[in-house]
Amino acid sequence: MGKLIDENGIRLDGRRWDELRPIKIEIGVIKNADGSAYIEFGRNKIIAAVYGPREAHPKHLALPDRAIVRCRYHMAPFSTEERKSPQPSRREIEISLVLRRAMESAIFLEEYPRSIIDVFVEVLQSDGGSRCASITAVSAALADSGISMRDLIVGCAVGKIDGQIVLDLSDHEDKEGEGDMPVAYMPNLDKIVLLQFDGIFSEEEFKKAIDLAILGNKKVYEILKRALIEKYFGTVDEK
Amino acid sequence: MSIKKSPIIENLRKIQMIELLSKEKRLDGRSLTDFRPITIKVGVIQKSNGSAEVSIGNTKVVAGVKVETGTPFPDTPNQGLLVVNAEFLPFSSALIEPGPPDEDAIEVSRVVDRGIRESQMIDLNALVIEPGKLVYCVFVDISILNMDGNIFDAAFLSAVSALLTTSFEKKVVKEDGNIAVQICKLPTRCIPISVTSIIIGDSILVDPTEEEESVQDSRLTLTFNDYGYLCAGQKGGSMGMSREQLFKIVDISKAKAEELRIFVKKVIENAQV
Repeated sequence: MGKLIDENGIRLDGRRWDELRPIKIEIGVIKNADGSAYIEFGRNKIIAAVYGPREAHPKHLALPDRAIVRCRYHMAPFSTEERKSPQPSRREIEISLVLRRAMESAIFLEEYPRSIIDVFVEVLQSDGGSRCASITAVSAALADSGISMRDLIVGCAVGKIDGQIVLDLSDHEDKEGEGDMPVAYMPNLDKIVLLQFDGIFSEEEFKKAIDLAILGNKKVYEILKRALIEKYFGTVDEK
Repeated sequence: MSIKKSPIIENLRKIQMIELLSKEKRLDGRSLTDFRPITIKVGVIQKSNGSAEVSIGNTKVVAGVKVETGTPFPDTPNQGLLVVNAEFLPFSSALIEPGPPDEDAIEVSRVVDRGIRESQMIDLNALVIEPGKLVYCVFVDISILNMDGNIFDAAFLSAVSALLTTSFEKKVVKEDGNIAVQICKLPTRCIPISVTSIIIGDSILVDPTEEEESVQDSRLTLTFNDYGYLCAGQKGGSMGMSREQLFKIVDISKAKAEELRIFVKKVIENAQV
C-alpha cells in the first residue's frame, strides 16, 4: 500500500488532513425542472433536479397526510474509469435509498399531502464522496424549487488513511485507505441525516471522525449558502 | 415496507409508545437495551457448505453458504470472492410481494456484506487456486422467513454463524502432480457482530420489533470486530440524529456486541462437539 500522507502531513493531492477539495455549486441549471443544481466536488460532476410536488402517479402511491419522495441516483456509463453498465446497480439503488431518507428528514412533507416529489441525481463524473456531493446538490435543487424545508442538507465524507482521520477522501484515498465514512448533516438543526461507514475505527477514532465530518459539513454549508445567495440576490455582500 | 400506508394508526401508536418509553418500558415488557430471545441452529441445510437458522423473537431467517470456483476480479487477482444476497420471501409478511429484491432487500445484503468484508472475517487471500485465474467464491444467501423487526441483526447473525460452520472441498495439488480433494474449514479470523438500535422520541431501543420500527425516527446498525472496533455502520430512518445520540448508541451497541459474540461462540463450539 502506497503512502497517502507525506512526512509534512500533505496528502497526495496537496491537501492537509482537514481540507476539502475545491467545490463549485451552480443553481438552476436545468430549465425544465422545478429546481436544479450542479455541483463540482473535487472531480465529481453531478446534476440534481427536482420535479414536484406534483400529482402522484401511479395514484396508489399517494399518502393522505404527506408527500412521498422518490429518488433516483444514477451514474452515467462514462462517469467511471471503466464503462459502467447503465442498468442501476445494487450500489446505486442503496444510495438512492439513503439520499431519499436524508431528504425526508429535511422536507416538510406534511405540507404537500397526496403528492409526490421526484428527485433525480445524475453523476456525470464520479470521484470519491459522490453521495455526499449528491445530497448537497439535491438540497440546493430542493431549495431552488421552493419546497419548504427545515434546514439545508450538506454532505462530506471523512475517512482513515495511513492511520489518520482526514476530511473528504478522494477516489484514490477511498480505495487505498482504511476507512470511509460519508456523513450528511443539517447544520442549523445540528442533526446527522445520513451516515454510513466501512473500515476499522476504534471508538475514539469514530468520535473524532464524526466531529471532523461535522466541521467539514459546516464549511460545505458556507459554500452552498453563498451559491444560493448569489443566485437569488446577484452578489454576495462582502462585509 | 419502506412506505407506511396507515398514518393515523401509526401516529396513535407512536403517542402510546412514547408515553410507555418515558417510563423506560416497551410493549413486550423488555428493557430498552434487551434483545429478544435468540436461537441459532447451524447445519440446517445439508446440501449447503454451511448454514444457520436464526430467530430473534418472531423474526426468523435462514442463511446458506455455497462455495464454488470462479474467476477473481481483475483488480484483486489474489483474493477469493464474497457475494452476499438477501431476499424477503413472499410469506415473510403480509406486505411483501414476490419479485426481484427491492431496495430494502438490497440494503440488507449490502449492510451484511460490508460488515463481513470490512471486519476481514474471511481470509480471502487463502481462497486463491491460481492467481488471476481461479479462486473460490463464497456465496452467502439469506432468506428472510418471518419479519418481526431487526432483520439486519438476524440476517447478520445467520450469515456469520453459517460462515463459521462452513467447510468445502479444497483441491490440492499433490507432490506427484495429481489433484486431491480435501475437506477444509472456511478460513475465518474473527466473529463480527452487528447491533441495530432505533430512536423513538428521546429513547434508544435495541433490537426493535416490527411495531417499534414502524414508528421509529431513525435507526442505526453498527458492526464490531472481536476487539470492539467499529467496522461498518448504516443509518436508516427518516429523521436526523444528534451527535450525542449517536455516541450513546455506539456505547450501548459495543457492550451488546460483546454479549452476543460470547453467545455465538458457545453455539458454534457446541455444534462442533
